[in-house]
Amino acid sequence: MSTAHDKAVVTPKIDLPAGAEPKLSNKERMAIPRQVMPEQSAEERIYNFLEVPLGFEENVARIEALRCIKCKKPTCIDGCPVGINIPGFLEKIAEGDFEGGARVLKQDNILPAICGRVCPQEEQCEKQCIVGKKNAPVAIGRLERFLADWEREHNKVQPLVPGEPTGKKVAIVGAGPAGLTAAADLVRFGHKVVLYEALHKPGGVLVYGIPEFRLPKKIVEFEVQQLEKAGVELHNSVVIGQTITMTELQETYDAIFVATGAGLPYFMNLPGENLNGIYSANEYLTRVNLMKAYDPDSDTPVAKSKNVAVVGGGNVAMDGARTAKRLGADNVYLVYRRTRKEMPARVEEVEHAEEEGIKFFFLHSPIRYEGDAQGRVCKAICERMELGEPDASGRRRPVPTGEYVDLEVDTVIVAIGNGPNPLIPRTTEGLDTKKWGNIKAEKATGRTSLRGVWAGGDIVLGAATVILAMGAGRTAAKSIDDYLKTGDWPEVTLDG
Amino acid sequence: MTANQDAGESVLVAKEFLSSKVTKYVVRARDIARRRRPGQFVIVRSFAESERIPLTIADGDEQEGTITLIVQEVGKSTAEMAHMMRVGDRFADVLGPLGMPTHIEKVGRVIAVGGGIGIAPLHPIVQGFRKAENEVIGIIGARSRDLLIMEEEMKRACHRLRIVTDDGSYGDKGLVTDALRAEVEASGKPALCVAIGPLVMMQAVSKVTKELGIKTLVSLNPVMVDGTGMCGGCRVTVHNETKFVCVDGPEFDAHGVDFDELRRRQAFYAPQERGAYDLFLKKHPFGAEHCKVHRLVDEAQRGKEAK
Ligand SMILES: Cc1cc2nc3c(=O)[nH]c(=O)nc-3n(C[C@H](O)[C@H](O)[C@H](O)COP(=O)(O)OP(=O)(O)OC[C@H]3O[C@@H](n4cnc5c(N)ncnc54)[C@H](O)[C@@H]3O)c2cc1C
Ligand SMILES: Cc1cc2nc3c(=O)[nH]c(=O)nc-3n(C[C@H](O)[C@H](O)[C@H](O)COP(=O)(O)OP(=O)(O)OC[C@H]3O[C@@H](n4cnc5c(N)ncnc54)[C@H](O)[C@@H]3O)c2cc1C
Ligand code: SF4
Ligand code: SF4
Ligand code: FES
Repeated sequence: MSTAHDKAVVTPKIDLPAGAEPKLSNKERMAIPRQVMPEQSAEERIYNFLEVPLGFEENVARIEALRCIKCKKPTCIDGCPVGINIPGFLEKIAEGDFEGGARVLKQDNILPAICGRVCPQEEQCEKQCIVGKKNAPVAIGRLERFLADWEREHNKVQPLVPGEPTGKKVAIVGAGPAGLTAAADLVRFGHKVVLYEALHKPGGVLVYGIPEFRLPKKIVEFEVQQLEKAGVELHNSVVIGQTITMTELQETYDAIFVATGAGLPYFMNLPGENLNGIYSANEYLTRVNLMKAYDPDSDTPVAKSKNVAVVGGGNVAMDGARTAKRLGADNVYLVYRRTRKEMPARVEEVEHAEEEGIKFFFLHSPIRYEGDAQGRVCKAICERMELGEPDASGRRRPVPTGEYVDLEVDTVIVAIGNGPNPLIPRTTEGLDTKKWGNIKAEKATGRTSLRGVWAGGDIVLGAATVILAMGAGRTAAKSIDDYLKTGDWPEVTLDG
Repeated sequence: MTANQDAGESVLVAKEFLSSKVTKYVVRARDIARRRRPGQFVIVRSFAESERIPLTIADGDEQEGTITLIVQEVGKSTAEMAHMMRVGDRFADVLGPLGMPTHIEKVGRVIAVGGGIGIAPLHPIVQGFRKAENEVIGIIGARSRDLLIMEEEMKRACHRLRIVTDDGSYGDKGLVTDALRAEVEASGKPALCVAIGPLVMMQAVSKVTKELGIKTLVSLNPVMVDGTGMCGGCRVTVHNETKFVCVDGPEFDAHGVDFDELRRRQAFYAPQERGAYDLFLKKHPFGAEHCKVHRLVDEAQRGKEAK
């Protein structure tokens, strides 16, 4: 199977009538090669923080959409966690009706410009695309992005219309994708929505974690503005549990949705891990993204690095590595204890990282760090691993070999995962949590052990994905609406 | 319930220079004033492009809805605050109260040691211990007389107060550790010692109290970013375990703290910080009025909006 990265693809010449789809047989459709999205070259982009893929031209988007054979049973939809009507919006693109396409898209996904960019499509919708069985699947994610960008850039975004006021008030804690999505739906249902966010900017991981070159911040800002225009009240720099307690919120609001994410970085507890120059990915990325440390005008510093080791194999690790490269590091090593096959990062990010010269150091894991006289890390001692039997996650378990390699590095970015932030569970009585501190919530509704309190997104699922967080926001909003209408709180079935 | 963005929130309502480098700020922050406990802190940004800096809540007035910060100018962010924030201006954000409150209970006799700017955060803790019916003996020190702050407040809060200066310009000549030894010799071992000040001072006090077998709390001040447990930048080693100061602290058992590691971590950005401070001083040699003008010019040039 070819991937999005066959650079030599040509765009066939097909007549594209205005407002209609050209008549093509399935065979003709299948003959169209998957279209490639132009992107900044690797040589160029490692010196800037601008977005890497540049978006489809209108005609290219239409041609790519023509690759869809309009399955009777569109399996692609089963692959999308929020069940977007994919053939529906593809058809609109093929017709050249981009505004109409965006309408279809937005029925199920209110943040398509974001999901189109960051969803692991090859594992979800595109994995299930029939065309992909023989050829490369339809570029569903990229077309989703195309529509959302087109709509925004052409000022065709339909404003979010608040529903008939119900007089009910809902508090949402955390302005990441889960919180923002729930806010949009709740406002549509006519409830008064107040969002509380601990940081000075809304967006959650979308603004402090995922870098500008993958997701331009102005897109997140635009989505937040839409909410504010519809009357959602946003209070930044308020930590629930500290500034205001959950109990106080319960006294003031009819319902509360907790969407506080998985913001607590894990470390490996290795000797030397607190040396200078060793960061959690969260800290490194926050300094650069949220605090703009790459800008000489910014007051927040970040280490200058020559040789960087990034520990981990997920999206977070790729983001750390590619950010370090852009900040001027000569060598960036990605140290991962399994092989490329087991890496959880999106394929596109791995390929982009590779093109940018990130050096993959598979089957290795740091065991200890050494520092110089100033206390800055100068060496990461890594142990070579072998793959053993599959573990609970189905991936083969890395087994230590007793062989060691020294990596000369002056910066280390630890990206081995994040856990739930303890602030709310710690200060809220009666809120049931799982072993690692994630809040327990009912799958079908998002309801928790506390009446009138819902939870969703990473705080429930553990570090997951944007689209799952969004889905959780919608599920909770629907359940909150039911509750506010009926006052019913049936017995809750909590999983895990 | 009011929240941060209500009219008047985050506004500087009073400002007073306590010494050449130390300024007292009274800031409207109703929710924080209502919730804060001794030992907690806030994270402040003066302007939209400023760094987020942690500052202890030195005092507060629930009725007025204000908190008091006492801040020493040591670099760009604190200089910006001292010279560019005027009464009536609004901070870009004030976040808090953060951290765990001091665990205050009746223990008997408490010796509270404050050095330099550390006297400010020590003050509410002293008040708390006194209210909990402890006997509180204060020891405060500074390099010289003009750098000593809050003497009157501490006198009122403590049952007894010893004052020392390094150069002998006021009180007894010597270090707070000298006064601490003298005090223990005179009145015996206290149930608890609380020490807040520069890192070297807290380390020195810790050494003395360890030797004398006195349980000691110190309030740590590592470099922070978010203050909510999200970045891990504030980590310290306490009894061989990594702790996040912003959520697990800021107070810890002094005898378990790896002070050397903390000192190295604090100094990590020193060259960059010095550079930023020098540039700031060069750009703003004429004090507050001019700073304001410079700032507006800067902003216009950069096309950045100040929120
Ligand atoms: C670097 C990085 C890269 C990623 N890349 C991808 C990707 O490519 N594709 C993908 O699908 N997923 C990716 N993810 C995962 C994805 O971002 C998360 O699954 C998603 O953001 C979770 O959304 P959320 O709304 O649950 O939480 P978050 O986005 O974490 O938002 C939670 C918000 O709550 C706030 N908050 C926390 N506690 C409080 C409190 N007590 N009071 C008030 N506010 C509070 C936080 O400040 C934060 O803004 C990535 C994650 C990271 C860290
Ligand atoms: C919990 C806590 C409470 C504090 N309370 C007070 C207080 O009540 N009064 C007061 O004057 N100071 C207090 N500090 C210290 C204060 O935060 C720093 O002096 C301030 O951040 C320096 O910023 P700057 O730009 O002016 O100086 P810089 O030039 O940036 O740095 C000078 C020194 O400040 C430290 N520092 C720099 N940036 C930070 C940061 N983001 N977080 C923490 N330390 C930093 C550095 O280690 C360096 O030693 C406290 C620190 C902590 C962690
Ligand atoms: S939201 Fe994600 S999974 Fe669903 S169609 Fe879009 S890209 Fe695919
Ligand atoms: S599975 Fe592929 S070809 Fe079939 S409807 Fe979905 S996108 Fe079109
Ligand atoms: S300051 Fe970020 S975790 Fe403490």
